[in-house]
Amino acid sequence: MSALSNSNWDRRNVLRAAMGLAAAGGLTACGGNTGRSSGGSGDALVQYFHAYGEAGTEQAIKKYAKAYKGANVTTQWITGSNFEQKLFAALLTKNAPDVFEFHPQIQLIKSGQVADLTDIIDPVKDDFNQADITSHTVDGKIYGVRMIDDPQFFFYRPSLFEKAKVEVPTTLEELIEVSAKLKTSKIKGAYLGNDLTPVQHNLIWSAGADTLTADNKPAFNTDGVAEGLKQLRTLFTSGNLLLGAPADWWDPSAFTQGLTAIQWCGMWAMPAMQQALGDDIGIFPFPKVGSAGQESVYNGGWSMFVNAKGKNVEAAKEYVKWLWIDQKEYQEDWATSYGFHIPPRTSLAESATKLKTGLPADGVKLFNEFGHFDNIGWTQAMIASFNDVMANSVRKDDDPKAQLAACEKKVDTELKKLFG
Amino acid sequence: MSTTTTRGVAQPAPAKVSKDRPRRGPRASSTFNFWLFTGPFLLGLIVFVFVPIGWSIYLSFFEARFTVTPSEFVGFENYKQVLTDVDFLNSLVTFTVFAAFIVPATWALSLGLALLVNRLRFMRAFFRSVFFLPTAVSYVAASLIWKMSLFNGVRFGLANTVIGWFGVDNIAWLASPDPPWYWLVIVTVRLWLQSGFYMILFIAALQNIPRELYEAAAIDGAKPGWQTFRYITLPQLRATSTAVILLLLVAAYQAFDEFFNLLSKATWGQPPLVELYKMALGENQNYGAGSAGAVVLTMLICVVTLLQGKIMGFGRGEEGK
Repeated sequence: MSALSNSNWDRRNVLRAAMGLAAAGGLTACGGNTGRSSGGSGDALVQYFHAYGEAGTEQAIKKYAKAYKGANVTTQWITGSNFEQKLFAALLTKNAPDVFEFHPQIQLIKSGQVADLTDIIDPVKDDFNQADITSHTVDGKIYGVRMIDDPQFFFYRPSLFEKAKVEVPTTLEELIEVSAKLKTSKIKGAYLGNDLTPVQHNLIWSAGADTLTADNKPAFNTDGVAEGLKQLRTLFTSGNLLLGAPADWWDPSAFTQGLTAIQWCGMWAMPAMQQALGDDIGIFPFPKVGSAGQESVYNGGWSMFVNAKGKNVEAAKEYVKWLWIDQKEYQEDWATSYGFHIPPRTSLAESATKLKTGLPADGVKLFNEFGHFDNIGWTQAMIASFNDVMANSVRKDDDPKAQLAACEKKVDTELKKLFG
Repeated sequence: MSTTTTRGVAQPAPAKVSKDRPRRGPRASSTFNFWLFTGPFLLGLIVFVFVPIGWSIYLSFFEARFTVTPSEFVGFENYKQVLTDVDFLNSLVTFTVFAAFIVPATWALSLGLALLVNRLRFMRAFFRSVFFLPTAVSYVAASLIWKMSLFNGVRFGLANTVIGWFGVDNIAWLASPDPPWYWLVIVTVRLWLQSGFYMILFIAALQNIPRELYEAAAIDGAKPGWQTFRYITLPQLRATSTAVILLLLVAAYQAFDEFFNLLSKATWGQPPLVELYKMALGENQNYGAGSAGAVVLTMLICVVTLLQGKIMGFGRGEEGK
């Protein structure tokens, strides 16, 4: 046998072996990689979480899941900025999560996607923040367990305010003026997120309007909101606003790195900010827009839902009850050990010592005084169409009134689909 | 021969093949090998390409919201919706603008690089690799680098640092549609990513041009440089150029990653695929309309490609040789 044919044979053999391996690998992939490991202790459950920014959060969620003995819970930690799109797409497939976190939105209930959790919440209903119960209730049934309340407001650096000799703004006009005075060659005046959509709800509330009326009609198309959009456009083009920051609004980096004097962010970022800036942090609500306006804070947050179309609805409900109703120690750990969040359980909120003093206590005060909770009728599709209003009338120079009217039309279509 | 037997014992499957070979003769074995080698690929192609295409065409005739196994047949309703959708039609305009920038720019840049690298006397392999390397980078990763470090809006972004030397104020490259700086970001990221690949195609074509042509031209008095490039190199590259432009046009139609990652929550600069993604995978998950749009887009790509081939004479260069 010549060396040549020998090496040929070698190559062929190697190829065959490689293909065999590839085929075997493919088969194992088909068999096992569904995210559900069967066997072990009873049922297998999959839970979806968006990627929290604070260190230790992923480990914490996995630690809680591991401590549960009733089922084998696997966690999918979804990174990227489009959690809702990934979640909605996954819910249509066979590999849909059994348990997932999201915000209360009625289309999930109308389409039968989320299970009724009234029976597990009812015994402790009175211990919950009643606004959180209301925002998860449709026709007397409660569909989600609130895990954390996340108030969102402005953070500012008092030392920089002092240096520029400015006061905390109480109207949007003042915010624009203050930003101009705070801006230097090194630092921008304010940061409202790279695309400004984080403040869209507050713009509506602070202008004295609302997303929807009590009987689910659009309520945001007012002169006050249009005026607010115009003012935001002035701020956008002024050069005093921080835009295109590497880290978006939910991350405190822009603020802690000294890129901006004011930043729209949430209570979760407080520990990281305090670590970087010490006591040089203050907070204030979104200022009034126009004369009819009111200052506002967005009481966002995350809730646990059970996939009603999943394979193990009962087991999933058991798990949600165990972790988010019964395990108060874990609930407190989740709310105060990583980022700061307000526990929706009154008993926990009262005992959470970390939220009792200083900056976190101020946050709780703003939450109680100016907070607006989610409206379950205001869905992702409506939020997305208002995103377009922000893009077109603030970042692009389109007429706010025409944009609001177009958005109202889209929201109306959605409302008709949901409520007939 | 002993090597073969031992290996055959160790690995039963290949051994069987080698035993059969003498009986079946070379033809049977080559048929077997054909299927052995193309089979897995073909299977993948059918499962992941042909079935989804067929499924998509099927979906486009149904009312398919929040489901991929619809039951309500709606005929051409989805097509009507897509073809009257302002956003979808705008996306075709966006594509045209994008293609008008990116196709000639990549063509010129990759040809330029190919000419430079081809003239090198030493380190040719090194430079060829250096320019080719970006092809291996993912569009998503490159977009994030462009967005977060090269073209971010803060003072320490690379682009802002450079313009800062000339006393120009920071620019938020991706925030505003006016002035449309975002095109600069989008075009440069794609140029960086794909020029190297087309450069390789051009180098191959350049090396195929017979040296005698240049010698004959030199004897006839043609000056090296622009004259030989214009009258020898360029015409000889005609077939490759046509293919490159065709590939670039199709690639531009398929642009998605950089637009999706660079322009978050924008209503401008949305190419067709981003628009279709929003339609099919956005809040309404309208797979019917999304599929109809995909079919329309596919037809459009086919028509444009055929027309372009006709006008530029795809393959004519080959016959000329």
